[in-house]
Amino acid sequence: MADPTRSRSLLASLTAIGFVVGGGAAAFAYTAGWLSPDRLTPAKVVDAFAPPGGPALGHRRNHAKGVCFTGSFESNGAGAELSKAQVFEAGRYPVVGRFNFGTPSPVAPDAKARVRGFSVRISTPDGQEWRSAQISAPVFPVSTPQAFYELLQASGSKAPEAMKNFAATHPEIAGFGGWTKTAPWTASYAEERYNGLNSFIFTDAGGKDRAVRWSWVPEAPPVSVPADDIAKRGPDFLQEEITQRIAAGPARWTLVVTVADPGDPTADPSKAWPADRRTVEVGKLIADKVEPEADGPCRDVNFDPTVLPLGIRTSDDPFPAARSAAYAVSFDRRTAEAKDYPAK
Amino acid sequence: MTDAASFPKADAVADELPRFTPLQRLIHWLMAAGIIAMLFIGVGMVSTIAATHLTLVSIHKPLGVALLALVIIRIAVRFRYGAPPLPVDLPSPMKLAAKASHYAFYGLMVAMPLIGWAMLSAADYPITLWGGFNLPPIVAPSRELHALLWDAHRTLAFVFFTLVLLHVAAALFHALVRRDGVFQQMAGGARP
Repeated sequence: MADPTRSRSLLASLTAIGFVVGGGAAAFAYTAGWLSPDRLTPAKVVDAFAPPGGPALGHRRNHAKGVCFTGSFESNGAGAELSKAQVFEAGRYPVVGRFNFGTPSPVAPDAKARVRGFSVRISTPDGQEWRSAQISAPVFPVSTPQAFYELLQASGSKAPEAMKNFAATHPEIAGFGGWTKTAPWTASYAEERYNGLNSFIFTDAGGKDRAVRWSWVPEAPPVSVPADDIAKRGPDFLQEEITQRIAAGPARWTLVVTVADPGDPTADPSKAWPADRRTVEVGKLIADKVEPEADGPCRDVNFDPTVLPLGIRTSDDPFPAARSAAYAVSFDRRTAEAKDYPAK
Repeated sequence: MTDAASFPKADAVADELPRFTPLQRLIHWLMAAGIIAMLFIGVGMVSTIAATHLTLVSIHKPLGVALLALVIIRIAVRFRYGAPPLPVDLPSPMKLAAKASHYAFYGLMVAMPLIGWAMLSAADYPITLWGGFNLPPIVAPSRELHALLWDAHRTLAFVFFTLVLLHVAAALFHALVRRDGVFQQMAGGARP
């Protein structure tokens, strides 16, 4: 070490090692988002759903209140022209699903159920699954996941002008807002039409791609109930009604696939497609059993809309990826909190 | 695992430097690239809601399985060919650190893909490697087990990355400071 050349070169070597290791660590930290506080992470989105008192541990972070159902999907074979997925070959495939509504609270009164949800997992003999989660709104409130995060922040904000300011900068919310104000209420999950809203790509056996959206159209005719009457119902009236209804006989929905024309806004679920687009009825979902969520078959199913069979894939719509990332965080958290939500 | 006596000395004749066999070096560098990619993909995919999330997840699963296959081959090759000896003048704490870190590496290389696979099984997700091809589940669905495995996968990923950094630092220390040929055992090139 007395040799100055040698100690200089030692210093240079150690500096080089420090740069390599430090650079590696910095690149890792950057990739993880630790150096980018503005990055919209799935954890931030999930946190933004939490009410002021914190999230309900052990439960889904949104659409937290719901009941499980099981049944089957009866494919009529008409969808095979659009997608090569086995689920569209004529046949009957088992379904696990969940009726729910948009709320972070598993004990919210059902009268709050403006945006009702319908989650479905269809399994086919080839080992593949099609998971999806639909809502009763005909359009999504906003165009992008970033805007959705801002909407969550605005609606949770105490600032009196927060929502007004949000609406001013996101005029697309008018479509959804109009629906919440004017759409008739029903007193049953079975009378709702559930819309996929996001667009996906169906690939047929010849390899042709088509952008589609889909809806589950109820067989039960919707009976309009005044909003004032809904407010007077019991806190669990929707769950009780669907349990009794299906105990008496199955409820059914027709799956209607809408095919986009070139130029339709596939990337923006806040924009409806023109009403004259081609639709194909591809089968019926038959729900024949309802069970409470706590020990029901849907409890630990993450209805991640990107779990798709070969023949269906995501499109340029940015929401399924965002939903997948956020649903995974919600799932990871609630499974880690299982003790806070004991099975009955 | 180390059996210097059976180690081929072909290279050693040329420059008196016993090396890992070309097959071992190939697997090492393939896995090095794959593991570093996996660690970055892993922290990246859980940090974004952009479409990149889906792309990264779709790489993470098949790459993890490929690395599991490679580590199985690697262990077999290691048993067959052993490893070149460490320099006799290497201080014993460094020898111990070298040995311990390599056991840790082998443990992590085997455990991480299996934990990931089991974690997805416990969550009842289809484990899709590519369009239409799924791996079978290796454990039954269980929320408690999922939580445990998820925690383990995440924690061990950070342990793994730390170990990679230490390994790189040690390799460069051998290459630049000690210049004892240990780096060249895996990297190739003449002893400085």
